[in-house]
Amino acid sequence: MAQLLAVLIDGLIYSSWLFIIAVGLTLIYGVMKILNIAHGSLYALGAYSAASLAGYWIHHGYPPMGSYAAMLVAAILVGLIAGPVIERGLLRFMYGKDEIVLVLVTYAVFLILEDFVKLVWGVDPYFIAQPYGLLGNFTVGALTYPNYSLVLFGAAVFIGVVLAWVLTKTRQGKMLLAVIHDREMSGAMGINVGRVYFITFTVGAMLGALGGALTAPMISVQPGIGAETIVLAFAVVVIGGLGSLPGAALAALLVGIVRSAAVHYRPELDLFSIYLVMAVVLIMRPKGLFSAQEARKI
Amino acid sequence: MKRYPILPILMAGSIFLLAVGPFLPRWGMFLINVSLCYGIVVLGMMLLMRTGVVSFGHGLYYCLGAYAAGTLDQVYKISDMAVMMVAAVLVTGLASAALGLLLRKYRDIFFAMLSLAFSMILYGLLVKTSSLGSSDGFNIAASKIAGITVAGTSVDRYVRYALTVVFAFLTGVFMHKYLNSHMGRLAEAIRDNELRVEYMGASVRNVIHVNYVISAVLAGIGGALAAIAVGHIDPEMAYWTTSGEFVFVGILSGTGSVLAPFLGAFIFETIRSFAYEYSPNTWQMALGITMLVVIMFLPGGLWSLFARKRGAA
Amino acid sequence: MNTQVSKITKSGVALLAAVLATAPAICNAQDKPIRIGLVTFLSGPAAGPFGVPAKLAAEAIVDSLNAGKVPAPYATKGFGGTPLELVIIDEAGGATKQVAELRNLVERQDVDFVIGYISSGDCLAVAPVAEELKKIAILFDCGTPRVFEDASYKYVFRTRPHATMDAVAGAMYLLENRPAVKSMGGINQNYAWGQDSWADFTAVMAALKPELTITTSQMPKFGAGQYGPEISSLLQSNSDVIHSSLWGGDLEAFMLQATPRNLFTRSQLILVAGEPYLHRLPGSIPDGTIIGARGPSGVYAQKSVLNDWLRQIYKERAENYPNYPAYSVAQAFLGLKTAYEKAKVQGTPGTEEIIKAFEYETFDSPSGKVMMKLGKGHQAVTGTAYGTTRTVNGQITVGNIKYYPVERVQPPEGVKSVDWIKAGMKPGKW
Repeated sequence: MAQLLAVLIDGLIYSSWLFIIAVGLTLIYGVMKILNIAHGSLYALGAYSAASLAGYWIHHGYPPMGSYAAMLVAAILVGLIAGPVIERGLLRFMYGKDEIVLVLVTYAVFLILEDFVKLVWGVDPYFIAQPYGLLGNFTVGALTYPNYSLVLFGAAVFIGVVLAWVLTKTRQGKMLLAVIHDREMSGAMGINVGRVYFITFTVGAMLGALGGALTAPMISVQPGIGAETIVLAFAVVVIGGLGSLPGAALAALLVGIVRSAAVHYRPELDLFSIYLVMAVVLIMRPKGLFSAQEARKI
Repeated sequence: MKRYPILPILMAGSIFLLAVGPFLPRWGMFLINVSLCYGIVVLGMMLLMRTGVVSFGHGLYYCLGAYAAGTLDQVYKISDMAVMMVAAVLVTGLASAALGLLLRKYRDIFFAMLSLAFSMILYGLLVKTSSLGSSDGFNIAASKIAGITVAGTSVDRYVRYALTVVFAFLTGVFMHKYLNSHMGRLAEAIRDNELRVEYMGASVRNVIHVNYVISAVLAGIGGALAAIAVGHIDPEMAYWTTSGEFVFVGILSGTGSVLAPFLGAFIFETIRSFAYEYSPNTWQMALGITMLVVIMFLPGGLWSLFARKRGAA
Repeated sequence: MNTQVSKITKSGVALLAAVLATAPAICNAQDKPIRIGLVTFLSGPAAGPFGVPAKLAAEAIVDSLNAGKVPAPYATKGFGGTPLELVIIDEAGGATKQVAELRNLVERQDVDFVIGYISSGDCLAVAPVAEELKKIAILFDCGTPRVFEDASYKYVFRTRPHATMDAVAGAMYLLENRPAVKSMGGINQNYAWGQDSWADFTAVMAALKPELTITTSQMPKFGAGQYGPEISSLLQSNSDVIHSSLWGGDLEAFMLQATPRNLFTRSQLILVAGEPYLHRLPGSIPDGTIIGARGPSGVYAQKSVLNDWLRQIYKERAENYPNYPAYSVAQAFLGLKTAYEKAKVQGTPGTEEIIKAFEYETFDSPSGKVMMKLGKGHQAVTGTAYGTTRTVNGQITVGNIKYYPVERVQPPEGVKSVDWIKAGMKPGKW
């Protein structure tokens, strides 16, 4: 019983993390139909910036609780700078092209940003230990968990709820949904599709960076974390159905719990648990868990 | 579109490579050898791209081909290159026939991700297998070809090089004929509009399945030849970044003709090699910038440099 | 005037002629610097802890050698008077890439020797290629015993011991200090290094303490970074000891996540390759952790003139004192220098002569004596050391250091590690 509880709690924490890193990606794909491989770099940029800023903050003796704000600020800054630069500076010129070419462009951006990160921050791992342990622990049975995990969980729920509200209740959000559903029609109806793209990409970039920033206190930020995260984010997005927010949430939950169960009961399966889930889901529901019905155009 | 006489160029190119081989520095022979192996795999990618699907999991077959060749040497102590090539073709053919049954129902990103999932599952299985060296892989010593021992002789490297050139030629010819045949033209039709093809009576799924198997076998051939040339194989060959490279080179080359993949692969390998040498700290950035430049100015891939359109018809 | 000028001119010409005449005698290969190719990780997760320290150490050592500032017996400039030149390339990109790059290094960049390779996969892949190219290649850091246990090479040398001794000495140290352990769990990266480390360690423990129970073996994938479920599993297992060969960012992440959850108040931790992180993780490594340095290097290097020299030249270029990869690279350079100069003394320092000199040689290094006694004279052996962490004045140091001699921790020539461990690790004749 205790083990089952542990599996659930661990699964939930990991799912929260997966959701945060995947939600930006599914948003961008849903609206712009771009598979943004550079999402991994944005995650890395967010992590490095958060580690630097929070590290600087703590080093100079400011109150440690403020380091959380520092991390958030770092993520938002990264999104606000990198997002528009990539979108306005590069992607804008490529929209007419084949989908696969756009993937390639984002891959090239990913390569460039990898080395950019290396040039700016060097190759040594960065870590900021304080924010993680700052909030103390909570115990469930025989196990202790850091309260930071609750922060992660709370952040995931918060982001999910806010995005859901924005998308369905605000005018801007509904326009976004319209563009997801049918780009051409939305344009014909007078929606400024270009502006929607710009806003979406920037928000998606911020979310990616936020994923990195929130993860930074738990890990050692090192070169290569971007590449590892992309595949996970993609898998979650595809399992959930591209462009679907509830899909991403459910997929994150599924993958998180399966991985947690694998680690507890069959550790050697951990290596490919996510790919097994993806294969099984795609076999049963070819377009992911929540996929919009699309009319076939002849 | 300017039409090149593809078959004579293939023939001439192969003969030229075979003739000039012994005079090349060994690193040059190796570079061309590896490029051609890549080129063969990308030839398969090109076929799939012409059919309208992109596979992010061809590393699976590249790796299977290499491991089929390698296991023959490691486990059964058969180190004949000819047998290895046959094994690679058989193994990848069977695997792709089976997986293709499932994959042929998918398109776009789902095809890509499902194929990626399978290749990563193979990766995971290989990493777990310590008898095959786990993530370190193992060395393979292909020492004979059709019974004649070449390892240790002065023609050793040339034989591997020549073998690759011959296979590149054969696969190039085959693909050229295939693309101009009934099936090949159906492939492009499917890319343009699947529904219409169905209405006209052809089976889209069958065509996709057949093309998938062909591309997989090509990847297996490329993998086995790479294993023979490099002498070492490891599970990294099935990792998604390897498959991503194939996709990348495919798009870089363009789908204009069967010469495009070989050209694209060669240029990619060369750029990467020199990027390593001249900017060991920023070779990724150099590669990324080069890619962007190519994409922006040559949207049809590198091949469009050679295939200029004539004036408006 | 004219006569004077013409006299000067004549003597000048004469002098020039004399110089040119004798020039061939002086301007032989000795003036052309010796090019050494260095292959190490400059990008990716291995760069920070291993690749770049190795590069910094190599550059410092080459400068020091060229200036003739190395302590005896290495005081000659360069190798035998000839200056050295470093050509550095990135080890990232995978084994196939490294095979191609080795060919480029040797044939395009014309290096005389190659020192490199941290990844075991790369070592295994490039060794046969070095043989084919007939260039001396020195593997300086990779750990797999397979290189010289599965094959033998003429041109390939490894100047550091292989990883078997990490497991053997670690287990011995653990049992000497915590003889009452009953259960053991592990967390290792799921790739060859992690798998082999775990397999070796459990095999040694099975031979030394058969009644030990293995509770759980966590194998997260390389670069996972998130160890929540793994830590929960380890917490639940209530193991007396936890074995780990994690390194790099993965190790740091694991420690960051595990320490606040009090994993190490329950279980004794042994970090087989933990030495590079001592100066990076103050406060995050609990006292009482057993740390290995893959040899008597880094914090375990005993005081000597050579050790002081390496620490000094390295600190001038880096923020910290050298860690074990830096010591490994030092062994490679000093071992090669010894062989080169021995061959030169006996005649010409050609490849064949250097190989003969290198085989079975013994040389001094900042971590102590290195003996090329395995792999038919191509594989080095040294003893090793383990210690326990303790915080002194806010700094993490190691105490209770124990040194283990070669014969207790390495299989003798001709015996595979796996077999030697199974048979009870009987010390061979050294």
